[in-house]
Amino acid sequence: MSTPQGAVGLTVSHESADLHVTGAALYTDDLVGRTPGALHAWPVQAPHAHATVTTLHTAPALAVPGVVRVLTAADVPGTNDSGIHHDEPLFPTEVMYHGHAVCWVLGETLEAARLGAEAVEVAYEPLPSVLTLTEAIAQESFQGAHRTVARGDAAAGLARSAHRFSGQVEIGGQEHFYLETQAALATVDEGGQVFVQSSTQHPSETQEIVAHVLGLRSHEVTVQCLRMGGGFGGKEMQPHGLAAVAALGSVLTGRPVRVRLTRTQDITMTGKRHPFHAAWEVGFDDEGRLQGLRATLTSDGGWSLDLSEAVLARALCHVENAYFVPDIEVHGRVARTHKTSQTAFRGFGGPQGMLVIEDILGRCAPALGLDPTELRRRNLYQPGQSTPYGQPVRHAERLEAVMEEVTTRADLATRHTQIAAHNQAHPHRKRGIACTPVKFGISFNLTAFNQAGALVHVYKDGSVLINHGGTEMGQGLHTKMRQVAATALGLPLSAIRLAPTRTDKVPNTSATAASSGSDLNGGAVKDACEQIRERLVTVAAKAFGTPPGEVEISDGVVSAGEESMPWADLVRAAYLARVQLFAAGYYRTEGLHWDATRMQGEPFKYFAYGAAVSEVEVDGFTGAYQVLRTDIVHDVGDSLSPLVDLGQIEGGFVQGVGWLTLEELRWDTSDGDGRGRLATQAASTYKLPSFSELPGELTVHLLEHATEDGAVYGSKAVGEPPLMLAFSVREALRQAVAAFGPSGHVVDLGCPSTPEAVFWAVEAARAARAGRATPREYAVQVPSGSLVTGRTVD
Amino acid sequence: MGSSDITVNGTARPCDASPHTSLLDWLRDQGWTGAKEGCAEGECGACAVLVARPDGPERTRWVAVNACLPPALAFDGQEVVTSEGLGTPPAPGREGDLHPVQREMADRGGSQCGYCTPGFVCAMAAEFYRPERTPQNSADDHECGPNGFDLHALSGNLCRCTGYRPIRDAAYALGEPDPGDPLARRSDTPAPAAPPTRVSLAEAEFVRPADLTELLSLLAESPDAVLLAGATDAGVERNLRHHRPPLVLAIDRVDELRDLRVEAESVEIGAALTLSEIERGLAGRVPLLEELFPQFASRLIRNTATLGGNLGTGSPIGDAAPVLLAMDASLLLASAEGEREVPLADYFTGYRQSVRQPGELIRSVRVPLPAAPDAAFYKIAKRRFDDISSVAVAIAMRLEDGAVAAVRIGLGGVAATPIRATATEEALVGQPWTAATVARAAEVLAAEGTPLDDHRASARYRSAMLGQALLRFHAEQGEGAGAGPAKPLQKGGFDRQNHYENWGEGR
Repeated sequence: MSTPQGAVGLTVSHESADLHVTGAALYTDDLVGRTPGALHAWPVQAPHAHATVTTLHTAPALAVPGVVRVLTAADVPGTNDSGIHHDEPLFPTEVMYHGHAVCWVLGETLEAARLGAEAVEVAYEPLPSVLTLTEAIAQESFQGAHRTVARGDAAAGLARSAHRFSGQVEIGGQEHFYLETQAALATVDEGGQVFVQSSTQHPSETQEIVAHVLGLRSHEVTVQCLRMGGGFGGKEMQPHGLAAVAALGSVLTGRPVRVRLTRTQDITMTGKRHPFHAAWEVGFDDEGRLQGLRATLTSDGGWSLDLSEAVLARALCHVENAYFVPDIEVHGRVARTHKTSQTAFRGFGGPQGMLVIEDILGRCAPALGLDPTELRRRNLYQPGQSTPYGQPVRHAERLEAVMEEVTTRADLATRHTQIAAHNQAHPHRKRGIACTPVKFGISFNLTAFNQAGALVHVYKDGSVLINHGGTEMGQGLHTKMRQVAATALGLPLSAIRLAPTRTDKVPNTSATAASSGSDLNGGAVKDACEQIRERLVTVAAKAFGTPPGEVEISDGVVSAGEESMPWADLVRAAYLARVQLFAAGYYRTEGLHWDATRMQGEPFKYFAYGAAVSEVEVDGFTGAYQVLRTDIVHDVGDSLSPLVDLGQIEGGFVQGVGWLTLEELRWDTSDGDGRGRLATQAASTYKLPSFSELPGELTVHLLEHATEDGAVYGSKAVGEPPLMLAFSVREALRQAVAAFGPSGHVVDLGCPSTPEAVFWAVEAARAARAGRATPREYAVQVPSGSLVTGRTVD
Repeated sequence: MGSSDITVNGTARPCDASPHTSLLDWLRDQGWTGAKEGCAEGECGACAVLVARPDGPERTRWVAVNACLPPALAFDGQEVVTSEGLGTPPAPGREGDLHPVQREMADRGGSQCGYCTPGFVCAMAAEFYRPERTPQNSADDHECGPNGFDLHALSGNLCRCTGYRPIRDAAYALGEPDPGDPLARRSDTPAPAAPPTRVSLAEAEFVRPADLTELLSLLAESPDAVLLAGATDAGVERNLRHHRPPLVLAIDRVDELRDLRVEAESVEIGAALTLSEIERGLAGRVPLLEELFPQFASRLIRNTATLGGNLGTGSPIGDAAPVLLAMDASLLLASAEGEREVPLADYFTGYRQSVRQPGELIRSVRVPLPAAPDAAFYKIAKRRFDDISSVAVAIAMRLEDGAVAAVRIGLGGVAATPIRATATEEALVGQPWTAATVARAAEVLAAEGTPLDDHRASARYRSAMLGQALLRFHAEQGEGAGAGPAKPLQKGGFDRQNHYENWGEGR
């Protein structure tokens, strides 16, 4: 059987690539000029971190030429809330963060709406605010449930450890900075049906929130997402309220209403990756094997709960990354602060959890007298072991395999020698190299979300239109879905067309998130296609006079033995024989169970594995650095679409490098007037990776013989796991910094490890080498009375 | 009054936009939605388009610019090409016709979400057509392709999805334009002139004067008018801070502001020349400026930004001022009353304040020659491409018999204005150029200015970077300085890689 052109596993470009490069691809806000009479919306943003709105006077705005209406809480026919926990009033009376929108102005032009928003008179009564994690912890400002993942007896594990260390780490957040800011365009048709075009990863939930703000039922609201200009988790929850504003405006005025945030509005109003604080205590035996870990993770959830509990759960389920810790106890809690409500971001807490153990291993390796890569290897999960939450680590041997393969491909041993020689010869610039693994659980932690639907039509001429519940944000989901359909039906890719994601085609969808888009929607598309194929095979078997088992459909040709006919003829025959040519597909991930209170169960269908080796060079004068080379080996199972998967791996890696080394969110934490204001609220102040952060050399190898039995066509999810390959860069920076210090120097590195953070670490290393007293700011401390041998941390 | 025509993708369209409507918004209103707004401050390049600019009197050069910054009216009579004008996708009943740049980007996975892609395509196309681009052996240079593609051409474009590798591969795989390529052929004929324009609307007035005399007389009448050259600052003021000046004077094509004169004793640079034009015009003749250019914002910005604008806004973190201070440059200020020359060191008087009088503008920048033999520019920023300095240090020094005969140090980012590090200069002059002298002077330098804590860097780091800059300068130059370090130039730009390899070895 020949492989149809474009089938799964073949390299094809993004299905919209030709539209992207010519500028013909349409995004939500490109529709405004094609929608006559659209009104434009502008928010009135509060200049306080926490305050009560004492008066809201909208009349002056209505006096501004071109202003049509001001939307306030009084206009809401349904529920004035845009969250899933009923803690996010759409039009608040209590300002909960600097930049919180208190009302929205609609204008004939964007300029009119903006001037109207300037004219709205709002009086505030400022209230005390909590901004930093330190403040929140001190004031016990928390929200949601506290959770613990535990196994064995952490105290006993620590007690029996030959080497014990403790410390803490602060982990910065991250702005999504999807290039397309949040956008929605709402219209109401003659029957009162509300139609919202939204840049959303979660059309069904956007639909539900719009309906409940408007006091409508879900079948009265349709949400469509053509495509997104990036999402990364930032459009999982954040679009709902904005879509609701557009829909409310449209219902009230009878005109189309466009909401599109400027970049500054987007950065100051929407949630980000959660900053985390972690305090830990760890113990190793004499061989460097982890014995016990006790830690408390505190995430900065911002002003409302949003997805913070789920993000925390994933952080707790990934705190050990790829390493077996026999006795462990990790507590987690969500701080409430007066900041944007932090939300999903690629990795969803997993990266922050994993950073804790990678930071521990990087800091403790020199104190244990071990090479960090060796320390990591010694602690990798072995087949038969389980995670602290009780899930067997299936295919644990792949961790060894990916680390072995990537260190071989990167020629790590030789380069260690070369780097040592380089560092010997260069007083002002030092190189470092590090290898870090990734183990990432795939499935939504919450079992119910692991379901998906699809709707596949075959038309009488043989052409195929597929709908599924997933959204396209650049990750190539639609490309993969076409390949899945082509393979399942035995057709060339050109026979398959894909329709934009709409809630009236496939209902009750889960967010396109948790890397699960292809697994879930692919399962559903495949199911629908297989139903249709089975019906058609019966028709063909009758026509050929053969048993159905002998009928093949490949590359658009239907055959059995000597007999054959084109696909289109079979479809035509099936129609005339009154055979159903469309099908609804459905998929749910089997075998999952999760007790969210006890934090025990098997929440993941499988684990995705990967490892990276990165080499960096640090300039001792400034702390600036370059990534010289990165080698990656990643496990995507049997790739559905190699070019797409490669893109996810590289893009995720560089985004992770941005989070760990460059991107820095700075809030005004002073007690002045600007308290709570985000200082980094534009592209000029919030720097994401550019070409200069691309490693000089970057090679990616997909792990071979990696079929994943449980997922569609043996593939694995790829959206999030590669982000965490970037730990290799931060750990390489640690190695390079250490080279400025004496042998065995322990490096404490800020996170993000910006040039400034690296410079101070270099200064500490140089001071240690010179034998000067160094500021004892190291977070790694040896608890008094513990069993510490040999070269400890200074 | 007033109506203008702008040619977009080969078709002239009347433009009746407000002086406060950006080219991007106007294009999108016209239905050309390929160009996108990503940041509205010229940092992301999602709005990049191609513009036909003069390349000498006879030829045209396709230049990529951020459409979000300049007003549409500034393009009166001009030719603009967007991603839609470069190629067309396949559609029912129509074969696709992709531009070579689009083909490479599509085939190599250069787009994921696709939102930044039209801007990348335009920036890449400009480099594709750059006449100086020639194949070269670039095996050791990750920032130059074997086809001569300078990666810095894309330094003003951000992509959040791909991680850039496939975009780099696409750029480096490009061949030469076909002889029949319409944009290549367009380059063989002169660029459109910039006709005088006057558009008066109730909310604002936009005027492109015919010459310097008219400009100075308008400025004398309305000293508060906003002078608009590249719009890289004015556009940000409009988009982010909603500044709506009543009168905008477009000076970017005033001939008298666009001279580049290289003479034995000085270089005189017209204030309205773009950084890219100066870079090409000087062709490496002033090494310290040559170091500045690739570190100054991005190619998209340098294609419109001017020295006049960079100095005229008086920002303490503009990158040109420290370099020009170290080179002892002066400014030629012109008004309807006449002209005067002011040393740059005397120009700045306070935060965004200067000695420039109402009705006066910067006509040109004069840099004395010969330049000091040992010089360097250090820009400290989070990101190597296209970032704003937290600190900038420029040093120009002359040694005689192993001692510092003369030195000038310009600093940015450590005070309300760019400043000279005079105390450090005093600590160095007459002293032997040794590690001990440098260590002492570095401490003095670290105490210059009054740096602040902000989102870019801490005050402590800024101070440390000042001292470190001198230590680094000494390490790079070595004690036997005099002829300057070996810094071969390539592709008309400063060879960073080579620079990087050559420092710190105790030579």
